[in-house]
Amino acid sequence: MVADVRESAVAEQAPRPRREITTGFVVSRIAVLAVAGAILLYAVPPLVAAGAWASLALLGVVSAVICYLYLTRRFVPAKYLIPGTVFLIAFQVFPVLYTVSTAFTNFGDGHRGDKQAAVTAIETGSVRQAPGSPEYALTAALRDGNLVFLLVDPKTKQVQAGTGQGLSPVTGAQVGITGKVVRAPGYTVLKAPEAAARAKDIAALSVPTPGGLIKANGLSRAVEGRAALTYDAACDCVKGEGDTWTADETRGYFVNAKGEHLAQGWQVNVGLDNFTRVLTNPTISGYFFGVFAWNLGFAVASVATTFALGVAVALALHHPRMRGTRAYRIVLVLPYAMPAFAMLLVWRDMFNRDFGLINQLFGLEVDWMGDPVTARFAVILVNLWLGFPYMFLVTTGALQAIPRELTEAASIDGATPWQGFGKVTMPLLLVALTPLLISSFAFNFNNFNAIALTSEGGPFPAENPQVGATDLLITYTFRLAFGAGGAQFGFAAAISVFIFAIVAVISAVAFRRTRKQEEVYA
Amino acid sequence: MRKPALGVAALATLAITATACGGGQSAAPSAAPTASTGATASAGQGGGKLVIWADPNRVKALKPFTEQFGTENGVTVEVKEISKDNQVTFLTASQQGSGPDIMIGAHDWIGNLVQNGAIDPVNLTEEQKAAFSEIALKAVTFGGQVYGAPYAVENIALIRNTDLAPDAPATIEDLVAKGAELKKAGKVKEVLCLPVGQKGDAFHSYPIFASGGGALFGATSTGDPDPKKVLVGAPESVKAFEKLKSLGEKGEAALKTSITNENYIPSFASKKCAFLVSGPWAMGEVKKAGFGYDITPVPPFKDGKPATPFVGVQTFFVAAKGQNKTLAQEFVTNYVTNKDVAKALYEADPRPPALTAALTEAEAADPDAGKFMAAGKDGFPMPAIPEMAAIWEPFGIAEAAVVKGGDAAKAAEAAQKAIDGSLKN
Repeated sequence: MVADVRESAVAEQAPRPRREITTGFVVSRIAVLAVAGAILLYAVPPLVAAGAWASLALLGVVSAVICYLYLTRRFVPAKYLIPGTVFLIAFQVFPVLYTVSTAFTNFGDGHRGDKQAAVTAIETGSVRQAPGSPEYALTAALRDGNLVFLLVDPKTKQVQAGTGQGLSPVTGAQVGITGKVVRAPGYTVLKAPEAAARAKDIAALSVPTPGGLIKANGLSRAVEGRAALTYDAACDCVKGEGDTWTADETRGYFVNAKGEHLAQGWQVNVGLDNFTRVLTNPTISGYFFGVFAWNLGFAVASVATTFALGVAVALALHHPRMRGTRAYRIVLVLPYAMPAFAMLLVWRDMFNRDFGLINQLFGLEVDWMGDPVTARFAVILVNLWLGFPYMFLVTTGALQAIPRELTEAASIDGATPWQGFGKVTMPLLLVALTPLLISSFAFNFNNFNAIALTSEGGPFPAENPQVGATDLLITYTFRLAFGAGGAQFGFAAAISVFIFAIVAVISAVAFRRTRKQEEVYA
Repeated sequence: MRKPALGVAALATLAITATACGGGQSAAPSAAPTASTGATASAGQGGGKLVIWADPNRVKALKPFTEQFGTENGVTVEVKEISKDNQVTFLTASQQGSGPDIMIGAHDWIGNLVQNGAIDPVNLTEEQKAAFSEIALKAVTFGGQVYGAPYAVENIALIRNTDLAPDAPATIEDLVAKGAELKKAGKVKEVLCLPVGQKGDAFHSYPIFASGGGALFGATSTGDPDPKKVLVGAPESVKAFEKLKSLGEKGEAALKTSITNENYIPSFASKKCAFLVSGPWAMGEVKKAGFGYDITPVPPFKDGKPATPFVGVQTFFVAAKGQNKTLAQEFVTNYVTNKDVAKALYEADPRPPALTAALTEAEAADPDAGKFMAAGKDGFPMPAIPEMAAIWEPFGIAEAAVVKGGDAAKAAEAAQKAIDGSLKN
């Protein structure tokens, strides 16, 4: 690898004298590739251990391609494109594909693992102590190098040896005060640390008895238990407790004749079920348009108010006769610099009717978060406060790029300041800022925090506890997917696919229009 | 002009190369199956290591005992602090095989943890079982199996400022009358500090709801809550909601949506109200406030049913997918059931111990523990069934609606409908 670099460095010098190859350039390139190699090596052992050969091969190919790419002088465009592409795949394409694939499963609480895990959980969860069986004191010991349980019945003080074959009596064993075996002829008694070192073997050993199995319960006790429920592969069902539960591969549950299912299920493919649920669920379809309209209004109002205030402040500070602009700028950026989470919670408390700062300051008695209109006003106000510094910053930047001569020329031509702003400055600003406005819209459309941390979607009308007046699609569906029935990742994924489609359509339309606008002004 | 531009381009290339090689490599494996990476990373652990996940309060208190356990058994014990979304974090990590061997959490997680196969039953001897208070043992028993070792019991009670209200109210009516009298005299601002908030608070309002005759679930033949019989919209519950309404903003103004989980304890501590409905977690702040206080059970309505609070039991669980189950079982069954451990945990965070012997000692040192325990004596262990998740929010919203003066029958019916909808009853 190092030799390659030197070769390419030397080679690069000859035909292209205009690009100077300094030592620093070569060293930094080697360093970067060395770090890349280190990260690659770091990822190899876990992949090998997991037997993920396909992933390992992919990793190898990707690394080889990247290193080759940056060690040769060719493929200059690819050198620029690869980093972005890799990030795009890792952080955009992969999550989107993963979300979409999850939407076709019932992944969620009760269906997190595979069927094997569910069977294991059902069986272990049903193990009950055999009635009347003794609470054996357990001593782990070795006989001929094999692990043996020395079991003492606390009542009779009788000592037995338990192996995978069953129980056999032990004679001449000496039992200590704790009830454990201290010495037994023919056995090597394990001390606590020695036993702890074999914890896995101890957990694996089960001693068959007529009534069930004796298993270790910790290092010092053993219990005779029996699984009340057992899985029968022949009928693909779980039997026990006088009932039979048959595997239902469409639901991922073991179901009995009465339609009841065992608690532990597994993940199965449910096809389009989640999508049909979104479309046919009366609580979703019945309120969709109301929530969607407010969601749209919230996003538009957030963008419009933050942009208006941001532009106004930026223009004021851009004025040549303005003094102390630096101090103002620092103060104005503060809301942007503070953690939004904390600020949202502070605002929520300020809107409290009886204890909040706002009512106390103005001597009001308004139940801000308790009335639909005021709650909507309040969340938009909070979002304005949080969002305008960003608009102020980008507008300030864009204003520097608009030559002052243009507005001066306009005023010489007799334009009023308003006309100058509306006809010259604003259109030029919009060319630069429209893409940012669209992304701001997309962000606010899904601005979960702004709602979840302030109004929590409320206020809720008494006759409907599921849709609040300030609920966005994202907070509303979050409640449906995670609030009521535990976590339902599959359902949540289906909903996000829908929301993704909505935002994508709106953004695509907006970008089309921007392109037309750019053609006009550019 | 041309030369500097080229230099800039070269620099930019370099910068991009740097990010590409560094970032690109790390991104590629992360795009590959992350689950398998997680699994193997933890498979390497195992051996002689026991991993315990606890919330911040308990990490320190556990240290001396985990160290003792470690030296006795020649293993290393790692106590890891988990401070947010503990249940979800545990479930996700367990599924990936990177979870702990022992998890500490509330007993009402049991239903969800069991349906996800994340915990194993714990086998306690009859003697060990007898050492726990009855309600603690009942709470950790799910479907006839004991699913963890309880160590602390917590429930809410009525905490009152004895400087303002010397006598414990016998009924809610007395409480409201006394609170209103103090408010009229200008001594307090609020009648009662009980959090409601805009979305209601089922946990804190449940005693009053229960005293009004309301119920959440019917009972199965074994006496467990029956998720097929949701009673939130039943006529008795509607009556209980009516009573909550009469205490609400349009009635006595004892319950208010402006009193929230964030401000109810500070309000009591700053003498804005003489009565507080809260649990042991409030005591730190209450003691600091420096006035006389007493803890009594939440009173019932006159001629009403008992005001039973929810009881929550903090529990040590044995993770089903832990790497070292034998050691985990040993620790949970033989260490957590130890009185000294229970006492140390009590000192770190004063929640009444579940072990009767430890409670007696804690009580001698601090009578509050015993008073809380007495207030929760007839309490109702929070239902551990996974279906309980469907109750909290609709119930809370119905509560907030009636507190604001909404129609009780409508609110209860809507809540019932929402709950039935999500439980598919």
